[in-house]
Amino acid sequence: MSAQLAAIFDPGFFTSQIVQVAATVSAFAAIVCGTVGVFTVIRGQSFAGEALGDISTTGGSGAFLVAVGPLWGFGVAAVAAAAVMELIGIQRPRGRDLATGIVLGAGLGLAALFLYLDSVNHSTTGATVSIVFGSMFTITSSAIPAVIAFSALAVCLVTALGRPLLLSSISPELAAARGIPVRFVGVAYLLALAIAIAIAAFTIGTILSTALLVGPAAIALRLTRSPARAIAAAAAIGIAATWLSILLAYDSYDWYHQSGKSWPVSFFVVTLIFLGYLLAGLPRRLRRQREIAPELPRG
Amino acid sequence: MFSGFMIHAWTVATIVAVVAGLVGFFVVLRGSAFVAHAIPNGSFAGAAAASLVGINTLVGFGVFALFGAVSISALGHRGRHDVATALTLVLMLGLGALFVTLSVDYTPEVYSLLFGEILGVSVSQLIPTAGLAFVCVTAIALLYRPLMLSSLLPDVAEARGIATARIDLAFLAVVALATTMTVPVVGTLLIFSLMIGAPAAARSFTDKPLNAIALSVVIALAVVWAAIALSYQTNYPVGFFVGTLSAACYTVGRAWAASRRNANSGRAINPPASRGEPATGRITLNA
Repeated sequence: MSAQLAAIFDPGFFTSQIVQVAATVSAFAAIVCGTVGVFTVIRGQSFAGEALGDISTTGGSGAFLVAVGPLWGFGVAAVAAAAVMELIGIQRPRGRDLATGIVLGAGLGLAALFLYLDSVNHSTTGATVSIVFGSMFTITSSAIPAVIAFSALAVCLVTALGRPLLLSSISPELAAARGIPVRFVGVAYLLALAIAIAIAAFTIGTILSTALLVGPAAIALRLTRSPARAIAAAAAIGIAATWLSILLAYDSYDWYHQSGKSWPVSFFVVTLIFLGYLLAGLPRRLRRQREIAPELPRG
Repeated sequence: MFSGFMIHAWTVATIVAVVAGLVGFFVVLRGSAFVAHAIPNGSFAGAAAASLVGINTLVGFGVFALFGAVSISALGHRGRHDVATALTLVLMLGLGALFVTLSVDYTPEVYSLLFGEILGVSVSQLIPTAGLAFVCVTAIALLYRPLMLSSLLPDVAEARGIATARIDLAFLAVVALATTMTVPVVGTLLIFSLMIGAPAAARSFTDKPLNAIALSVVIALAVVWAAIALSYQTNYPVGFFVGTLSAACYTVGRAWAASRRNANSGRAINPPASRGEPATGRITLNA
């Protein structure tokens, strides 16, 4: 029994402080992203999430340039970008995507400049990869309080917005008719999104942060229709996916002999979430086929 | 600035700008900015995979770009690509992260793939770029009418018997092709900014489709040429100038449109957003 366990959990998995920190941070990231992500999917703002994630590359590389913690860089850049998107403020979904794209393009332009300056000033090429793809195993325990504070802020914001946010996400017209300040709710929500993205970017890298934001929420919304249950399910799925990925990445150290290094955690997170999304779609597809099947001619 | 290796940079940039301006016009018209971001960005994983198994990076790019287009089209339903695009993108990026980690010698190239290396273009890259550009332009010319109709008035297009889902897939494939030809030389950022910024700016100035396409190509050319010149002078990355100049063009376009709207509103009340086919039978872009 213990031999089998040892095969699954490589020696030192539970005692390793690096793993403990990674598990803690990713649990908070999963909870925040689950909460915020359900509304992102309902509102159809995946692109905004993706863009904020990419733009936080700008913040991360800028933070590297002036030598402050990357989490602060991610946070500042994401919040600033969210503000600009809101300023351009096109309300129709098509126009909104366009505004998002323009901000994203400009933000990435700055990221290109900062990363270039990073490599000139610090004579390193590793910065690009570690900012863009994240490196969960390099997070130090000193970052945990900031992560907790940011997470609490985002979750409180979404909870405080509560029902008005839900209503204005599903039907902006109805919400406006009921006297809900839709624009203000949108701004506050975008702020929560920016914070969630900053934490996710810190955990699994800037360009993969969307996976944690949109993935578990999309799976959860395929499984249940109730928003509260979807949030809980999304958080649980996020935690399961990240923890399993940490385990797999820890074990993967000796999978690929030529390299002798562990596979990136982000890769496992993304793959597990994508598989989960496909699996979660199966019941509905089967049901639809069963409904259609009797009508089909046999033979 | 116009000698030796710079000649290749100018040539490739010109080809890229023409294709980006043309394809981008439809990207903006269809509201598929996210897709135009996802396909180039995700297909960078293909280059990493190609370098891992030791084949031409262009092949890797092409395969991943087409995979992305098909996956987005298959997972999304009834024109809603939102979540499907996000998940396809992160799946491809996740694979990219894995390939980059596994291939030891690849790390420094990540930067040039994401942000482009237009100044390092060689002659051997010129011919495939020109060939793929030709294919893209031809495909858009062939698809022009059904694509335009299904972008502006999907219901009318369907009523006329145009298979909108197939047109959608064909258009995504064109975006994938455009990506394949441009990303290896200019990076994912540059192509995305050009595809969105220039056409969006062009649409602020004119409502006629052909004028808008022409203007979009002109703006894209101006942005790219200015970016290369500035990059040559300052030594800063090309992507920085392309990104910021594109956004600047869009801002100017928006300001122009707003000022014109203000001038008009004094004389007549704006008509409500048109529903259904315009009575004149001519397609304008104010849908």
